[in-house]
Amino acid sequence: MNDQFRYLLARAARGQLDRRSFLGRAAALGVTGAAASSLLSSAVLAQGPRRGGSLSVGMQGGESTNSLDPAVAASQVPFLYLKSSGEPLLDLSPSGELQNRLAEEYSASADATTWTFKIRSGVEFHNGQTLTAEDCAQTLRRHSDENSQSGALGVMRGISEIRAEGDTLTLVTSTPNADLPFLLADYHLLMQPNGGFDDPNAGIFTGAYKWVENEPGVRHVLERNPNYWDQSRGHFDSVEILVINDSTARNSALQSGQVQMINRVEPRVAGLMARAPGISVQSTSGPGHYVFIMHCNTAPFDNNDLRMALKLAINREDMVERILRGFGSVGNDMPINAAYPLFDDSIPQRTYDPDQARFHFQRSGHSGPIDLRVSEVAFPGAIDAAQLFQESAAAAGIELNIIREPGDGYWSEVWNAKPFCASYWGGRPVQDQMYSTAYLSTADWNDTRFHNERFDSLLNEARGELDLVRRKALYSEAGLLVRDEGGLICPMFNDFIDAHNDQVTGWIESNALEMMNGLAPSMMWSAA
Amino acid sequence: MVPILTLVTQRIALGLVLLLAVSVLIFAGTELLPGDVAQAILGQGATPEALANMRTRMGLDESAISRYFAWLGAALQGDLGVALSNGRDIAASIGQRLGNTLFLAAVTAAISVPLAIFLGLLAVRYRDRWPDKLISGLTLTSISLPEFLLGYVLMYVFAVKLGWFPSVSNINSGMSFWQKLNAVALPSLVLTLVVLAHMMRMTRAAILNVMQSAYIETAELKGLRRLTLIARHAMPNALAPIVNVVMLNLAYLVVGVVVIEVVFVYPGMGQYLVDHVAKRDVPVVQACGLIFAAIYIGLNLLADLISILSNPRLRHPK
Repeated sequence: MNDQFRYLLARAARGQLDRRSFLGRAAALGVTGAAASSLLSSAVLAQGPRRGGSLSVGMQGGESTNSLDPAVAASQVPFLYLKSSGEPLLDLSPSGELQNRLAEEYSASADATTWTFKIRSGVEFHNGQTLTAEDCAQTLRRHSDENSQSGALGVMRGISEIRAEGDTLTLVTSTPNADLPFLLADYHLLMQPNGGFDDPNAGIFTGAYKWVENEPGVRHVLERNPNYWDQSRGHFDSVEILVINDSTARNSALQSGQVQMINRVEPRVAGLMARAPGISVQSTSGPGHYVFIMHCNTAPFDNNDLRMALKLAINREDMVERILRGFGSVGNDMPINAAYPLFDDSIPQRTYDPDQARFHFQRSGHSGPIDLRVSEVAFPGAIDAAQLFQESAAAAGIELNIIREPGDGYWSEVWNAKPFCASYWGGRPVQDQMYSTAYLSTADWNDTRFHNERFDSLLNEARGELDLVRRKALYSEAGLLVRDEGGLICPMFNDFIDAHNDQVTGWIESNALEMMNGLAPSMMWSAA
Repeated sequence: MVPILTLVTQRIALGLVLLLAVSVLIFAGTELLPGDVAQAILGQGATPEALANMRTRMGLDESAISRYFAWLGAALQGDLGVALSNGRDIAASIGQRLGNTLFLAAVTAAISVPLAIFLGLLAVRYRDRWPDKLISGLTLTSISLPEFLLGYVLMYVFAVKLGWFPSVSNINSGMSFWQKLNAVALPSLVLTLVVLAHMMRMTRAAILNVMQSAYIETAELKGLRRLTLIARHAMPNALAPIVNVVMLNLAYLVVGVVVIEVVFVYPGMGQYLVDHVAKRDVPVVQACGLIFAAIYIGLNLLADLISILSNPRLRHPK
């Protein structure tokens, strides 16, 4: 690399030379396009965030039925536009640390039941109004109301009292809950003026970008919020989110440069994408997992030997290799992996063992085929995964009968209704929330019908335990109970695969949700 | 002239009766959909009280017949209600989507209809020779390929490799007419390839049929040029079946292009309808159904009228 090239590189990185002319001049100096381009992106990264430019993101997971009300958001596009325009009290950084956002600081009483939050001063809503503790209290009250249909209702149920005085917000929980700060990082709990009681769909928040245009299922346009309190975020002049549900269309849009970033790259094309010039593929190992679930209280699954036989009859490595193409990790029949705080990695990994499976199957006394219900919508590749399962189980003498269900109505007629089916979980930020959503005896979504008193009491005890070592031990025991006695067969944890081109930079390795936990538009910047 | 007017009025009246019958079918169909609307909206976490509240709010506890007339009455005044899923006004949302769909259909029709008829004429002119075989071969190939595959191939060549047209055909109100035209270039090209063969083959067959007639032989003996003869003398008598096929294809361009909309991310009616069916958003489904039916009936009505007007025997019934 000669001096002249280095000079060009520095000029290009500072934005004094546009990308196209840089590449042209580099070529004249004998540096190939690909090499010049990758050198440029590392130079730009070293230069630090730069203001300006615009970002177009092509996203799967948007429908014409989406609204701006954070309470009802459920898919990927609302997740990203809400995280770009609004903020919770506390949020997880892409790398999974809890950060103070609209709450400047917080503290808990010794018994972990009373929590006080000091609300950041000088924060303005997009309509010019100043954020108050009362707005925050109202927001949380709205999400506590059954009628708001809030996705965070489960989080809010544990909060018995919400109080605002001056710049302080006080929350009282009915039972001790050491995880509360993590729970408040839920992406539904974005602060709105008067809690959004006046108009939940108004799109008035406090975030780095404010709303310009909203066409649900088509495109969402935001522009930089000039009065944003945090100068280290929100670098683009404008952000456009295009809904591109078709995966081939999404790939072409990125390759042709119409968008700079896409989500949900299919594992089978991720390798090819990564080889395309100027495109980098980012894999995020998160808490999401693909599962087969059995009802522990319904014959023949009420027999632990039969459940164990099925758990031993699944080939996990093979599934990660064939269904996820290596973009994932093996599961251990519990919904928790290293993405969670306080995960115990000393729990032994369950492996495929047809002999043991045959032993347990015979001991269960069951004979004849077992119905497994599955559908394309259960998770990407669910039908193939069921067939792999059928094959590996057949080697252990267990006959699985695969019933293909229509995708329409799968989540109301099959999941949480039929005794053995395929499904997925997106995961939760903390162990307690994952377990209490789906494994507590009383949970609405106890989709394995797991009723275990010891487990329930462990979970309750862990919730109020502020000593981390003790807490980790409690979670470890609870996890083992699910692993060895539960109805969950968890063969794999899936990665989120995003991709972006070299016109944007600043991607941070992430282990939370996709798109750098939804913060990519706020934290990345333009390199064009 | 009077018999024609009566005929036209009769046809339009028949069309309206048909539309009314369709509205009954749509309403009955959405009633028969499995699952409860309130349950579908509230999702798995619905509590019994919330369900009851939702049912009352949506008027689901009234009888189906009274709900039908309330819906029809409002729809006739242009009030299609609000979407249950996101609370947006249906008429406003549909207005924009329908505009986009009609724009794409119009651009495609403007290319494909003249092209199909011209190719049909050309095929007749060079009947059984290589131009005829080439035209038939190419158009039949393009109709036999699934449209999403055609879409992907064109996208790969023209958007990714050559970079001539955008692969995402997103259009919005801020764009100029030419920008919009550029955006829909690829989808309208695919749709042209999809509808071309049907119209071209029908034009060819209908004209060949007429070409057997004695008056064509006379014209030939008179020494007219082949193409003039086909266009001036054969075509008018073959118009009725051609118009019918053209209208069927136009109707398809409006109501049946959801696959292309998904592939090219085009914000049209198809995707809008599918999203709302998935969410059991019944008012939207009913409104879309009604609009699609009206377009279908309207275009077929137009085809009927044109074939009647183009045929003196039908124009002056004995």
